[in-house]
Amino acid sequence: MTTEVVDMITLVIDGFEVSVPKGTLVIRAAEKLGIQIPRFCDHPLLDPVGACRQCLVDIEINGRAFPKPQASCTIPVEPGMIVKTQLTSAVAQKAQEGIMEFLLVNHPLDCPVCDKGGECPLQNQAMSTGRGESRFEGKKRLFDKPINISSQVLLDRERCVLCARCTRFSEQIASDPFITLNERGALQQVGIYENQPFESYFSGNTVQICPVGALTGASYRFQARPFDLVSTPSSCEHCASGCAQRTDVRRGKTLRRLAGDDPEVNEEWNCDKGRWAFKYVTALDRITNPLVRDASGELREASWPEAIAAAADGLKGNRVGVLVGGRATVEDAYGYSKFARVTLGTNDIDFRSRVSSDEEREFLASHVVGTSTTYRDIDRADHVLLVGFEPEEESPIVFLRMLKHVKKRALKVSAVATKLSIGNEKLGATFLSVAPGSEADAISKIELTAKSVILVGERACESAGALSAVAALAHRTGAKIGWVPRRAGEPGAIAAGAIGNLLPGGRPVSDPAARVDVATVWGVDSIPSAVGKNADEIFVAAKTGQLDALVVGGVDPLDSALSAEALSALDQTFVVSFEIRPSAVTARANVVFPVAAVTEKSGSFMNWEGRAREFDTAVEGSLHRSDVRILSMLADAMGKSISLNSVKSASKEFASLSKWDGARATFTPSTSKSLSVGNDEALLTSWRRLLDDGSLQDGEVNLAGTARKSVVVISQKRASALGVVDGDAVKVSNSQGSVTLPVLVENIHDDAVWMPRNSRGSHLLETLGTASGTLVKVGKA
Amino acid sequence: MTKLTPVLSAHWDEKDSFTLEGYKRHGGYTASAKALKMEPDAIIQQVKDSGLRGRGGAGFPTGMKWGFIPQGDNKDHYLVVNADESEPGTCKDTPLLLANPHVLIEGMIIGSYAIRAKYAFIYIRGEVTHVVRRMQQAIEDAYKAGYLGKNIFGSGVDLELVLHVGAGAYICGEETALLDSLEGFRGQPRLRPPFPAIAGLYARPTVVNNVESIASVPSIISNGAEWFQSMGTEKSKGMTLYSLSGHVANPGQFEAPLGITLREILELAGGIRKGHQLKFWTPGGSSTPLFTVEHLDTPLDYEGVSAAGSMLGTKALQIFDETTCIVRAVLRWTEFYKHESCGKCTPCREGTWWLVQILKDLESGKGTEADLDKLIDLCDNIMGRSFCALADGAASPIVSSLKYFRSEYMDHLRNGGCPFDPHASTLFDKAGV
Amino acid sequence: MSYSSSQQQTMDSIIARYPRKRSSIMPLLHFAQSIDGYITNDAIELIAKKLELEAAEVSAVSTFYTQYKRKPVGEYHVGVCTNTLCAVMGGDAIFAGLKEHLGVENDGVTADGKVSLEHIECNAACDYAPVVMANWEFYDNQTVQSAKDLVDSMRAGKPKPPTRGPNELHNWKETSAVLAGLNDGHANEGVQAGEPSLLGLKISKKGAQG
Repeated sequence: MTTEVVDMITLVIDGFEVSVPKGTLVIRAAEKLGIQIPRFCDHPLLDPVGACRQCLVDIEINGRAFPKPQASCTIPVEPGMIVKTQLTSAVAQKAQEGIMEFLLVNHPLDCPVCDKGGECPLQNQAMSTGRGESRFEGKKRLFDKPINISSQVLLDRERCVLCARCTRFSEQIASDPFITLNERGALQQVGIYENQPFESYFSGNTVQICPVGALTGASYRFQARPFDLVSTPSSCEHCASGCAQRTDVRRGKTLRRLAGDDPEVNEEWNCDKGRWAFKYVTALDRITNPLVRDASGELREASWPEAIAAAADGLKGNRVGVLVGGRATVEDAYGYSKFARVTLGTNDIDFRSRVSSDEEREFLASHVVGTSTTYRDIDRADHVLLVGFEPEEESPIVFLRMLKHVKKRALKVSAVATKLSIGNEKLGATFLSVAPGSEADAISKIELTAKSVILVGERACESAGALSAVAALAHRTGAKIGWVPRRAGEPGAIAAGAIGNLLPGGRPVSDPAARVDVATVWGVDSIPSAVGKNADEIFVAAKTGQLDALVVGGVDPLDSALSAEALSALDQTFVVSFEIRPSAVTARANVVFPVAAVTEKSGSFMNWEGRAREFDTAVEGSLHRSDVRILSMLADAMGKSISLNSVKSASKEFASLSKWDGARATFTPSTSKSLSVGNDEALLTSWRRLLDDGSLQDGEVNLAGTARKSVVVISQKRASALGVVDGDAVKVSNSQGSVTLPVLVENIHDDAVWMPRNSRGSHLLETLGTASGTLVKVGKA
Repeated sequence: MTKLTPVLSAHWDEKDSFTLEGYKRHGGYTASAKALKMEPDAIIQQVKDSGLRGRGGAGFPTGMKWGFIPQGDNKDHYLVVNADESEPGTCKDTPLLLANPHVLIEGMIIGSYAIRAKYAFIYIRGEVTHVVRRMQQAIEDAYKAGYLGKNIFGSGVDLELVLHVGAGAYICGEETALLDSLEGFRGQPRLRPPFPAIAGLYARPTVVNNVESIASVPSIISNGAEWFQSMGTEKSKGMTLYSLSGHVANPGQFEAPLGITLREILELAGGIRKGHQLKFWTPGGSSTPLFTVEHLDTPLDYEGVSAAGSMLGTKALQIFDETTCIVRAVLRWTEFYKHESCGKCTPCREGTWWLVQILKDLESGKGTEADLDKLIDLCDNIMGRSFCALADGAASPIVSSLKYFRSEYMDHLRNGGCPFDPHASTLFDKAGV
Repeated sequence: MSYSSSQQQTMDSIIARYPRKRSSIMPLLHFAQSIDGYITNDAIELIAKKLELEAAEVSAVSTFYTQYKRKPVGEYHVGVCTNTLCAVMGGDAIFAGLKEHLGVENDGVTADGKVSLEHIECNAACDYAPVVMANWEFYDNQTVQSAKDLVDSMRAGKPKPPTRGPNELHNWKETSAVLAGLNDGHANEGVQAGEPSLLGLKISKKGAQG
């Protein structure tokens, strides 16, 4: 193991000695001593700018004093430095008071109606550093207010202190310079270009780091005072990036969520979906009581004992498949995993309620579960290869971390993809253009090193042989594999064994010793030894009568590649559904259990790194129960207990199973299949955009307003052949249906046509029954 | 014999002084040919030895600045000439470039060669169309003559020279703001360090020099460091352009050795306009604290002016006689700084906004004596607290005017308005003709 | 408005002057003014596209500099220096006189579109005070009357020539092209220096003779 040697520098601040790593800025060295120097423009994750001048201190180095106070946010410490802050220098104190007075000259006195009031750095520091009374008797600068710079961010220019945190964030961190400083001097102001709103996936961070109430979120504006909120550290349920968050609740209702500070994971950022998509929890159609389908075929509300009994009756003694969905917490996934094996006696369980493959299932068991590739590996990588993965759309904090290194040290990024995306352009990625389905070939030609990282998305499984090629590439070069699914629950579900070939802790079902391990902890005689069916097989089996019943937790059957089969399977079997809101599953279920949303329960997710992301109940007093507790009640009723009557007990038992140290599951490589493409045909390719018609974004119109517009993307060659230009309507169709959208000519493989998978006017799985790799007709609409 | 030493301006009285032929008639481009045969370091040494200091205001030794450029670093180096002459009162580079653009090009050839730059830029303010024309034409002519481009003077050295025209922003005269502007950004000053010598244009080692500094280089190469040193005072060597303007009998450019006094220049220029007396003046533009009659004999070199409490600046001698209202003069300068503040830092952006309001009130007789103390205190909170020197310049006329003319401010308050007749300070008769 | 292919070629040649293309943003904006007279959204979007920037970045730059106009100015844009020295020596009176004479305020344009008026800051011609600029050409040593005569000549379509400048005053768009670095061939016209510029030299020569 190597240790990084850090040069430490000792200096004196206000008479106290402190040692900090070389390169530390004076303002942060002071923080280490608990000395708070007031500041506005300074932000530890943004480049120093020294613009607001609020943090002026007196500095001398080895007896040589700077002739004037210095901005402590721009000066790195030096040996022999003596710093006098406002606490010990009258000059620094007067300088700071002077700056504060200037900042307030044009600041409106609207704190009583300002969202920031009560948690405002300007308000707080005006109290600590300002004069009691203003000497300004003149006219304040006036602007129209507020202005919408996007559908979700509002700008009050009068309140702005021009610290440029927002514009610097947008440029330095997100590479979305849609907001800029405009005009100059006293009229300088933050703004957008009039024809281009601030539609960045990361715009909410600017609201959070604004040190005044200049930038506010439309959804939180005028909703609450900060001191009325109860804040709980939480973890984001929207993707596998694993952002730490803070959830602010007033009277049982989540009013806002903020990015939490976790230097290892999301630093201090999150994406707009994580920040603003939480209204689905308080949707009016929340299921609040258990539902049981009565003799007339109607779902009616039932008591818990009645519903438990009805579900137990329907499942007991039957052949049952379990579909978990990718949104379960680790504890809930563990509950489903144990329920399947112990209560139902089957390995027919799968969390992959999406397009999937057996190649993937083997890949997950052999190359993903129990391994650890982390953000740190990105930090150190010489090259990051993206396969079937669009980080900006599918794991935005992984995107930001890569972008940081692209900007700071020109990290090399390559993408095996069918289309060059906006995100990959920002990453300066080398675009290795492939036809959908031909990924494996391209991957096998790539050179990497042991310091490289291959980030594989869940869509890699949609191209046969791609994951096999990734495994071979990693084997050949020593590069690390990081598998980054979209849904927050998937890595945890693998670890919990909510899949047919794995038991908890990454234990192969096929390994007798692994089964003994688990059986011992669970106190059962044996565990079923046959590898279970995958999600598609479960649907097919249910449809064809090989399964009698389904237990379905948070699954949208329309996300499946076999959505038609899925719906008829649900129609034909006894279905127990665990849901928060009505869905295609509850519409067909025999028993529906209302479950708690993430804010209403404790638990954890495991992010793509395999890192536990624990969270506590944010909304106290909810009557909703977590899935695992209901499963435990159901198991009791069926006479085969799983004894997990709380999240805590599930978490404790799962931890006691520790990681498998036996042989890893084996992997049988697959090969790719190629299709020949006719003249008016193309191979479909798609992905889900970060902001789309996903059900967890329901109810957020402001957020939806910033979603990227739906388009069909074709190459210049195809556009010329079709005689279309940007904006013309193009129709993509197959035997099942068609989608018509405005065309956009971009850098895409000539054989491919791209559309968003689940956006407004473009729901591919539902309309075309396919989302990638299949032939479709493309024509002028 | 006068004390005047026309070198840069020596041939401005010839009709074709701005043409290549006109320039070559008096030995133009022989210094660059000579320099290209020298070792680059020897050129830097000669400029160091000459004692040439920056003529743009700060007075930093030019040779030393060139010497800061790291050599053998395998990076592109750049020479950028600051022709963004905008400091109120300053009007030396503009007539120089109108009358003799080639001397700047020749100086740039020498300077670029010395610092091993293959690309050089002139950043010229955008409000001087005809100077832009002359400069552009001179560059084209120099390219045609083989003085610019590939293999200049057959020396094997390449030099591209681009004229970059500004668009109205005083702050771009600040060298780091100039670089941001030249890179295509808003012209706001950059954090230093890193200094331009290490990370300037495109984050590459860069020298930024004033027009007059670079224009002085060919004469130093031709005539030697000792010749240049023979002019001026102990630490302020050489000749320079003094620009006399305002209430004088004959305004204009005076090229003289550093250290000449205003009294000497006024004597040459025929004194203050007839029937009037000197009231106050700027030694080097509006950003340099005001002087009065008591400073007539202050040597106008870097040390002399500084010792008397101001700065040599751009040697822009703006002369105001007793008809000029100090409050009006200072208000107008303050409005200028407010207009030109880039907006980046708080004290400059908000401070100038506030100062203008107070001064406007004072000019119209509103306010109390306490407002004068407030002005001083606000200036104290601005000077040395802002990001760059623009705001220091804004405070200078206020503080220095209150030092010398506090009673005149009070007169406005007592009088309930300005006691001056604005017409008396104009050059017009009653009809405005 | 769209831009012709020759205009676009000129833009590309402006971009090619620089080692990094973003540096060309200012001359491109001047060039856009030579076509449109002011900075239009079309220009901002085209420049952004050519330089691979967001339009917001181009717009942010354009609003920083006062020579880039947000709305059309006159065929002849007249700037009166009202910085301290020119102001006290007559610039204020000239500006007031022109406002009254033209019937426009600061930044106003006459109804015939011929003349626009702006008070400007120091234009580096203090030894020629009071100074008026028209399309950024020097009109030295002005009086209220001479300035009025000047704008009258503009409105009559025969603008008086600059005192130190080309033989005739070129219009706003033509001037903008010069500021974009396009040589209009008039560099050799006009005086090499005005009298004040030569004052020291003359005195020195006279001193040397005497």
